[in-house]
Amino acid sequence: MRFLLDDEQTAFARSLDGLLTAADTPAVVRSWGAGDHGAGRALWSRIAELGVFALAVPEAYEGVGARPVELAVAFVELGRHAVPGPVVETVAAAALLSEPGFSHLAKRFLPGVASGETVVTVALPGGGPYVLDGDVADVELRMTGGGRGGGFGGEEGQLWGASGAREGSPDVRRSLDPARRLCVPRSGGELLAAGPRVGAGVADAVRWARLATAAQALGVGLALLDRTVAYVKQRRQFGVPVGSFQAVRHRLADAKIALEFARPLVFGAAVSMEPADLAAAKVVACEAAYATARTALQLHGAIGYTAEYDLSLWLGRARALRCVWGSPGECRGVVLGGGGDDGAGVG
Amino acid sequence: MDLTYSPADQAFRAEARSWLDAHVPAGSLPSLETEEGFAAHRAWEAELAADRWSVVSWPTAYGGRDCGLVRWLVFEEEYWAAGAPGRVGQNGVSLLAPTLFDHGTEEQRARILPPMGRGEVVWAQAWSEPEAGSDLASLRSRAVRTAGGWLLSGQKTWSSRAAFADRAFGLFRSEPDTPKPHQGLTYLMFDLRAPGVTVRPIGRLDGKPAFAELFLDEVFVPDEDVIGEPGQGWRVAMSTAGNERGLTLRSPGRFLASADRLAALWEERGRDPYTRDRVADGVIGARAYQLFTYAAASRFLEGEPLGPESSLNKVFWSEYDIALHETALDLLGPGGEVADTDGDGGWGEGYVFSLAGPIYAGTNEIQRDIIAERLLGLPKGRR
Repeated sequence: MRFLLDDEQTAFARSLDGLLTAADTPAVVRSWGAGDHGAGRALWSRIAELGVFALAVPEAYEGVGARPVELAVAFVELGRHAVPGPVVETVAAAALLSEPGFSHLAKRFLPGVASGETVVTVALPGGGPYVLDGDVADVELRMTGGGRGGGFGGEEGQLWGASGAREGSPDVRRSLDPARRLCVPRSGGELLAAGPRVGAGVADAVRWARLATAAQALGVGLALLDRTVAYVKQRRQFGVPVGSFQAVRHRLADAKIALEFARPLVFGAAVSMEPADLAAAKVVACEAAYATARTALQLHGAIGYTAEYDLSLWLGRARALRCVWGSPGECRGVVLGGGGDDGAGVG
Repeated sequence: MDLTYSPADQAFRAEARSWLDAHVPAGSLPSLETEEGFAAHRAWEAELAADRWSVVSWPTAYGGRDCGLVRWLVFEEEYWAAGAPGRVGQNGVSLLAPTLFDHGTEEQRARILPPMGRGEVVWAQAWSEPEAGSDLASLRSRAVRTAGGWLLSGQKTWSSRAAFADRAFGLFRSEPDTPKPHQGLTYLMFDLRAPGVTVRPIGRLDGKPAFAELFLDEVFVPDEDVIGEPGQGWRVAMSTAGNERGLTLRSPGRFLASADRLAALWEERGRDPYTRDRVADGVIGARAYQLFTYAAASRFLEGEPLGPESSLNKVFWSEYDIALHETALDLLGPGGEVADTDGDGGWGEGYVFSLAGPIYAGTNEIQRDIIAERLLGLPKGRR
C-alpha cells in the first residue's frame, strides 16, 4: 500500500510541464482553433518524443506497454497547458488497435501513434456524434453496426478507417471550446475489421478515453485555480487585494477541495482500470473542473468573459470535456452498476 | 501507486472480520446520546478491549495492537462494514490520546490510556466557551495556582458527551495578562464529578443530551493532570490538530459502510430514478474519501506532516455525510420522517448527528480560511 506517485513519475510530470511552459501553448491553441495546425503538430511531435503516446502502445509496436498511471500523469499536464488536438482520441485508438487479434492493424498504425507521426481521431460509440479535429487527423477510425451502446458488450461491429487528407474543405462545426474543431464523420473508407473483437476493442478504447479525459479535466481545473489565485492576489478593489475577501477566498477553497478529491479518484482509476472507477473519476474530475471554471470566471469578473484573455482557453475546455466520453449521468449510471443512460455498461 | 494490501494486512483484515462476525450485536444498541445507550456502548467498548480491538493503533502496553496506520484503516473498514456500534470513547481516543502520546508523561499515559481504551473512563472535550467558539484563543475560564495543583473556574459549553462522561480535558487561562490571547493557556484534565463542577446537559436538535454546559467553581486539579508545560496549552492543543488527528477523526470505513447501505436502500426501492445521481455521488464520495486518505496516510508514513491538508478532509467529510443522509431520507420519502428508530442503524439519528459535522472540530468556515491562506497562499483577510 503506497498510494503516491514515485520519483520517476513526478519527474516525468515536471519535464512535460517544462516543455509545455516553454512552448507558449496559448498561442498554439489559438492558431489550432483558427485551422492553422503547424505549431500544434510540432508540439504534438515534441510531446510524443517525451513518450506520452507510447504509454498507450504495446512494446511490440514501439510503445512502452500499457502504462495508465503515467498516462494520467501526462494528461494532467496536457490539461494544465490546454494542449489542443485529439490527444484523448489518439489514446483511445491505440487501446482499440492493441486488442488481441488486431496485430495487423497494430503493426500498421501504432508505431506512428507512438512516434507522434500519426494523429488519430475516432467516431466510436461512447464518444460523440462528431470527430474531433477530423480536418487534421491522419487517420479516422469509425465503428458501425454497434448502435449507441453497441460494442460495449462485445457485440458485432465493423471498424472502418480513412486516412489521408479529406477531399475538399471539411465542414467544421464550432465548439464551445474554440480549439476543438468538430467534423462530421467520414463515410465509407477501408473496412479494417469486423466481428465481436471490434466491440471488445471499443470497450477498451472507452476505458482509456475516460481515464485520459478525467486526467485532462483535472489538469484544466488545476490551471484555472492557479490562474485565478494569482489574479485575485494582484487585483485590488477598495484598496486591498480582492483575494482578501472571504466570499472570494471561500469559493477558491471549495474549488481546491473539489480538485483535491478528484485527484485520488483519477489515479485510483488508473491503477484499477475498472469501468466503475473510471466512470467515477470521469464524472468527478470533469465536474470539479467545470465548477472551478465557473468560479474562475466569476472571480475574474468581466475580463474573464473575453475571448482575448487566455483564461477563456481553459473555460471552454472545461465545458467541453464534461460531456465527451460519458456524460455525467451516463457515468453515474456505470458507477451504480446499471450501465449508462443507454443501459449498456462499459466492459 | 500501489493499492494492494500485504499478506500480513490481509491476515489482519480476516482476523478482524471473524472477530466482528462473532461479536457485533445483532440489533442496534440504544442511542449513544441516552443514559441507557451510553451504558450499553461502554459495555461494548469493554468487550472490544477484552480482545484488544478497541484501540488497535495504540502500543500494546496500553491495550492496543501497535498496528500502524494502514491496518487501522483496514480495521475501520471491517468495523463499520460489520454494522458495529458507534464509539462512545471517540473524543478521548481521537483527541486526547494523540496529545498524550506527543506531550504527556509516561506516568500520564500509563494511568490514563488503558481505562480510556476499555471504555471505563469516557472523556469529554471542554474547549468552547460561550464567548469563545471559532475564536477559541479568546477563552476566559481560569486556572489559578494553588498548593499541589490548580483551581479551575469559569464556564465551558458544547461539550460533547459530557452529560454522561467521566472526565474532561480542556484549555484554561493560567496567565491573565499576556500580550496575545493564545499565550498563557494551560491544557488540563479534570473530573466531571469533582466538587465544584456542575454539568447541565443540552438537548441537541432532536432533544437528546448529546452535549452539555460545564460550570466550574474552584475545581481542584492536581499537577499530575496538566499536559505539557503550564502556559503552553495552545501549542500543545494545536500541535496534534494538523497531523494524525486530521486523518483519524473520521475513518473512510465509516463512510464506505454508509454508502453501501445507501446503495442497498436504493436497490430495495426499485432503483429510484429521482435519487439515482445522488446515490451515485454517495458511492463515489466514499471512494474518493478512502483514496484521499490512503494518499494522505502514504505521505504521513513517509514522514511528511499533513498540516493544513486536514482542512480539505474535514470540509469534505462533514458535507458529504450530510448529503448522504439527506439522500437516504429523501429515498425513504414521507416515511423517512419517523425518528424513533433509535440507535446506530437509523438514518434519522445519523442525519441529526451529521448536521453538527460542519460546526464542530473547527467550523467549515474556519477550515476554508485555513485552505485559502495556507494551501492557496491568499492574503489574510477580515473574517
